[in-house]
Amino acid sequence: MLKTFKMGGVHPVENKLSAGKAIEKLPLPKTVSIPVAQHIGAPATVVVKRGDEVKVGTIIAQSSGFVSTNIHSSVSGKVKKIDDVMDSSGYKKKAVIIDVAGDEWEQGIDTSNNLIKETHLDAKEINAKILAAGIVGLGGATFPTHVKLSPPPGMTAEVLLINGVECEPYLTSDHRLMLEKGAEIIVGTKLLMKSLGVNKAVIGIENNKPDAITRMKDLTANEPEISVQPLKVKYPQGGEKQLIKAVTGKEVPSGALPIAVGAVVNNVGTAFAVYEAVMKNKPLVERVVTVTGKSVKEPSNLMVRVGTPVTELVEAAGGMPEDTGKVISGGPMMGRAVTTLEVPVTKGTSGILLIRDKESKRNEMEPCIRCGKCVSVCPMGLEPFLLMTMSEKKLWERSEDRHVMDCIECGSCSFTCPSNRPLLDYIRLGKGTVGKLIRARKSQN
Amino acid sequence: MNKLLTVSPSPHVKGDESIRKIMYGVVLAMLPAFAMSAMFFGWESVKVTLIAVAASVFFEYVIQKYLMKVKPTVDDGSAIVTGILLAFNVPVGLPVWLIVLGALVAIGVGKMSFGGLGQNPFNPALVGRVFLLISFPVQMTTWAPNKLVADGFSGATPLGLLKEGLKSGKTISEITSQLPNHFDLFWGNMSGSLGEISAVALLLGGLYMLWKKIISWHTPVAVLGTIFIFEGILWLANPERFMDPMFHLFTGGAMLGAIFMATDMVSSPMTRVGQLIFGVGIGIITVLIRNFGAYPEGISFAILIMNAFTPLINAYVKPTRFGRVA
Repeated sequence: MLKTFKMGGVHPVENKLSAGKAIEKLPLPKTVSIPVAQHIGAPATVVVKRGDEVKVGTIIAQSSGFVSTNIHSSVSGKVKKIDDVMDSSGYKKKAVIIDVAGDEWEQGIDTSNNLIKETHLDAKEINAKILAAGIVGLGGATFPTHVKLSPPPGMTAEVLLINGVECEPYLTSDHRLMLEKGAEIIVGTKLLMKSLGVNKAVIGIENNKPDAITRMKDLTANEPEISVQPLKVKYPQGGEKQLIKAVTGKEVPSGALPIAVGAVVNNVGTAFAVYEAVMKNKPLVERVVTVTGKSVKEPSNLMVRVGTPVTELVEAAGGMPEDTGKVISGGPMMGRAVTTLEVPVTKGTSGILLIRDKESKRNEMEPCIRCGKCVSVCPMGLEPFLLMTMSEKKLWERSEDRHVMDCIECGSCSFTCPSNRPLLDYIRLGKGTVGKLIRARKSQN
Repeated sequence: MNKLLTVSPSPHVKGDESIRKIMYGVVLAMLPAFAMSAMFFGWESVKVTLIAVAASVFFEYVIQKYLMKVKPTVDDGSAIVTGILLAFNVPVGLPVWLIVLGALVAIGVGKMSFGGLGQNPFNPALVGRVFLLISFPVQMTTWAPNKLVADGFSGATPLGLLKEGLKSGKTISEITSQLPNHFDLFWGNMSGSLGEISAVALLLGGLYMLWKKIISWHTPVAVLGTIFIFEGILWLANPERFMDPMFHLFTGGAMLGAIFMATDMVSSPMTRVGQLIFGVGIGIITVLIRNFGAYPEGISFAILIMNAFTPLINAYVKPTRFGRVA
């Protein structure tokens, strides 16, 4: 039976143009720019300097705290400079720029395709390897994985959820990874289970990927502890809280982490990266990126080294179409529009979406007709129309009372509004301001 | 690459919902009732509807352009909906100048004086209708004869006959002989306002709007369910004083009000639970006016009264929050 979350949700046109394209390796670029802040948390500290020779897998920036992570060189060559480079956020951030020479890997990294299933490592050793490899959540949120694997005192994990939902339209990188690296994902899942000390894992996959469901079911046929849960297609099912609700029926309390209901969620891409880190000693230096769009000649799924300029990916997919009006890093519902194709691919880049001119501008805003559609599609049970008005009128306390901080910024409200109102823009403004007020209040006490 | 890219926050795709789609969807949903009206009342009903629509669109255009000095938005279809609904709520023989006056009050007072689309606390068409009903009671209750009815009950509405009969001390069984049977009522073979007569046509329009997700079932089911249950209780208590509940569902503006007027997005509550409360309120007030009030029909008043409670309902009825349920 298909499961799904109950409250709200929308169903945008799926447009999975690249679903049938096997993952291809993108040729190495001439230079890479590797930002030191590719994850949620503190930026890593640069440990190389201009002129240093690096190999693939050399640590170039070291984790600077618990919620932080290591950054490795994704290429071999020479450090050209350390400079501020604009990334997909639109801000300039510190990055290590490396001129590529050859493709030499650090010792001990297994670059073969041999599947290794067995390990004698215990939970602690697995965790240490994940921490060392600089693994972050590859679904897009880029939360350091080792933090998720260390539940706070007094809380224990009961179930591991592997997120193969890929509810964003257009994106197919997780889909392809499940089809082509399914066995590795299962090993990665078992490693994560061992690390967490849980004996139950569920892989959630939306029903628009029947081949991935079949493949993962076949692979888990002899794995009593791992099951595959097909899900009804509904956005934002890939959101952590929505996936937990869909699979386990439990609701993560407002303001709490998934571990509060005994769940830990990891993306299929993350499970694959964990496999490579633990079994192959391979740090997170490359990932699958979907390059797609309605006018793109060759929508593709590319295995790309971190730091590669987006323009190289677009070239590989047949070049930038004439009618491109907007370039999105990520999916169309939650991705970020970039100002230039020179931005580098980072650990969190799940896709590059080229949107045509005519679809890249917003429609003119019209008056709210109080239809209530934003309320009925909100997966968090909020009142977007009201939160927007409160932001306009700067009524921050009332906005907090109406739980503006619960918003997961999925964009279902703006997507559905018949009057083209920029609901989420105003809600973000509200979240930002209310967040500041809450922090100020806490520091006073 | 020299081309400038558009940059904006997510989401970057938009669903195909629009005000136009909703408004013209409502217009389409009203077509069956319009067709039935033309069949029962003849071309007069087409004339009244066209005048009401033209006047509504005209007044909205003029007020936006010359009084509010904004870009007219009559192409959004909302004035057309108001015009049709106003026409649906008046007798077929209403003089042209009264139709135009009703449209002026509906659009000018009911809608534009509050700031236009989305701002009106009350259903504009009902503001127009109730203004006419109170100011011109004679014209508003002069019912044109139904073209298909050979004899008997042409002239007065079933609810009017009921009220008059009870006033003159008759029992229900005596009154019933003058009334159309339930099948005629369901089909629309009776006297009444232009668009309210055919329950089957209105239900058809309602199903279309449900299918197109223009309305949700909550408001209409709450209104009609409350009328049915409340009238049922009265009927069971004293069948010689009260008509049966099906009669009340099929007569007057019950169907038109529940399906097309109470579901007006602007003046009804935002949450599903709020819509249920709103609908139950309309049902109760309607039954009270019909059975114990001075007017034979009360759903227009009931909807306007509950419209006034909408902000209160919105303030107190909050959606179920994710992760905040104990």
